Amino acid sequence: MNYDTETLMAWMRCIQERLAQERAELDHLDAEIGDGDHGSNLSRGFAKVAEKLGERVPESPGALLKEVAMTLIGTVGGASGPLYGTFFLETAKAMGASAAFSAAELGRCLTSGVAGIQRLGKANAGDKTMLDALIPAVDVLASQGDVAAAAQSAQDGRAATIPLQARKGRASYLGVRSIGHADPGAASAALLFACLVKVAR
Amino acid sequence: MKALINDPEAVVSESLAGMALAHGDLLRVHTDPSYVLRQDAPISGKVAIISGGGSGHEPMHAGFVGLGMLDAACPGAVFTSPTPDQIVAASLAAHGGAGVLHLVKNYTGDVLNFQMAAEILQDQGVAVEQVLIDDDVAVQDSLYTAGRRGVGATVLAEKICGAAAAEGMALADLAALGKRINGQARSMGLALGPCHNPSTGQEGFQLGEQEIEFGVGIHGEPGRERLAMAPADTLTRMLMEPILNDLPFHPGDPVLLFVDALGATPLLELYIVYRAAEAVAREYGLHVQRRLVGPYMTSLDMAGVAITVLRLEADLQRWWDAPVCTVALRWGL
Repeated sequence: MNYDTETLMAWMRCIQERLAQERAELDHLDAEIGDGDHGSNLSRGFAKVAEKLGERVPESPGALLKEVAMTLIGTVGGASGPLYGTFFLETAKAMGASAAFSAAELGRCLTSGVAGIQRLGKANAGDKTMLDALIPAVDVLASQGDVAAAAQSAQDGRAATIPLQARKGRASYLGVRSIGHADPGAASAALLFACLVKVAR
Repeated sequence: MKALINDPEAVVSESLAGMALAHGDLLRVHTDPSYVLRQDAPISGKVAIISGGGSGHEPMHAGFVGLGMLDAACPGAVFTSPTPDQIVAASLAAHGGAGVLHLVKNYTGDVLNFQMAAEILQDQGVAVEQVLIDDDVAVQDSLYTAGRRGVGATVLAEKICGAAAAEGMALADLAALGKRINGQARSMGLALGPCHNPSTGQEGFQLGEQEIEFGVGIHGEPGRERLAMAPADTLTRMLMEPILNDLPFHPGDPVLLFVDALGATPLLELYIVYRAAEAVAREYGLHVQRRLVGPYMTSLDMAGVAITVLRLEADLQRWWDAPVCTVALRWGL
């Protein structure tokens, strides 16, 4: 199973389409424990990503994800713009100039992306953030090379945020009132991996 | 929910276009990336003061761009921090050769985007200092939260640092001044109802007729707790006591008392709150030297109020009184 520029293009298009469909649902999740715009902000960012990638196909997977990163940093704003931007930027750096990656290789590159998020956001597993879906998913992908299992881990990670009390981001202001709601960042991270399964060949 | 908009995607850009037309004597609006610049920027030899944050808090920040206050403001999408390219472009446009001071409210998004922008600016040889504002006593500052939010002290820091910069204060001293202001200001707010985001159509929270959200922030997020509605004097005391006990303020302290409407609360009610707030301040033995009452840091159409108390020594008071000419604050000219 290979991930090349074409598959990653399809991955980005899938994310853009799913975000357009599920934007209101993500906004609603965010309204429960944040400010209700996570879906709108990411949707705006990935719409711009799709527009840019439509103009010109980058020469390598690394170049593609770098372009994705810079576009997200420049259009999303909030915390999710820099965090997802850094995720793709660090992943792109780890990819170098290679033309294709196995699932496990992609997983190892994404591990660098997750480390970038942790460095920037200073969050850890269990803080009720996107990391609660990303860390288990990327671990599974890197160690087993199984993208379906990775997507399931992301889904499980999303569900596991429901009983947690938020310790980072805007939801942390609510204290115990953040308990009982899924984290919108973990939800969007699970969406990313659901799309990766779709484009896997 | 009805709103006077055309396109949910164009709320911020169309509003900025209107602001440019209405206030061309004070400011210029740059688009793509969008920022609001003081009309006569850059001022050679003066430290440029830049702030920014999500839109929806008007007049903060663009309404504070002008003589004696901000050199530029970076408006993000509604309740969403601006992006690094906006902050970099605004900082470069305002930079008069004496460095740039970023006044940043402590929200994860604002902190991350301003941090990325500062790194880019420093790479380009621009001296940047950052002051983080985190005055909201409703949030416990601990390892288990993102830290206290930046609220009303932001307006006061923009005014006072703006006046000191106009007098020629150097970058490092301005950063120290901003930190000092933040260190001796405390705030808290409450909401009688949610706000409605015209871009997303989302409503922050649902409240019953007899309920209030206590300890709210300025982004429509729910507050620290949900309490029963009470008379204005009772609610004002409930805000003032945690504020005054937190710093703590001491009898004899000179203070600035800022009572802020969150968007939908009319001045008629706001002055009732002000009256009660000043009474509590006097009870604590504080000397209220200066006052600010009005909608200066709003949360769209939220009904509610936020109170900020700043310990105002003589130097701070002098800078507070110094001339200012912006859309929202204008005096001493």
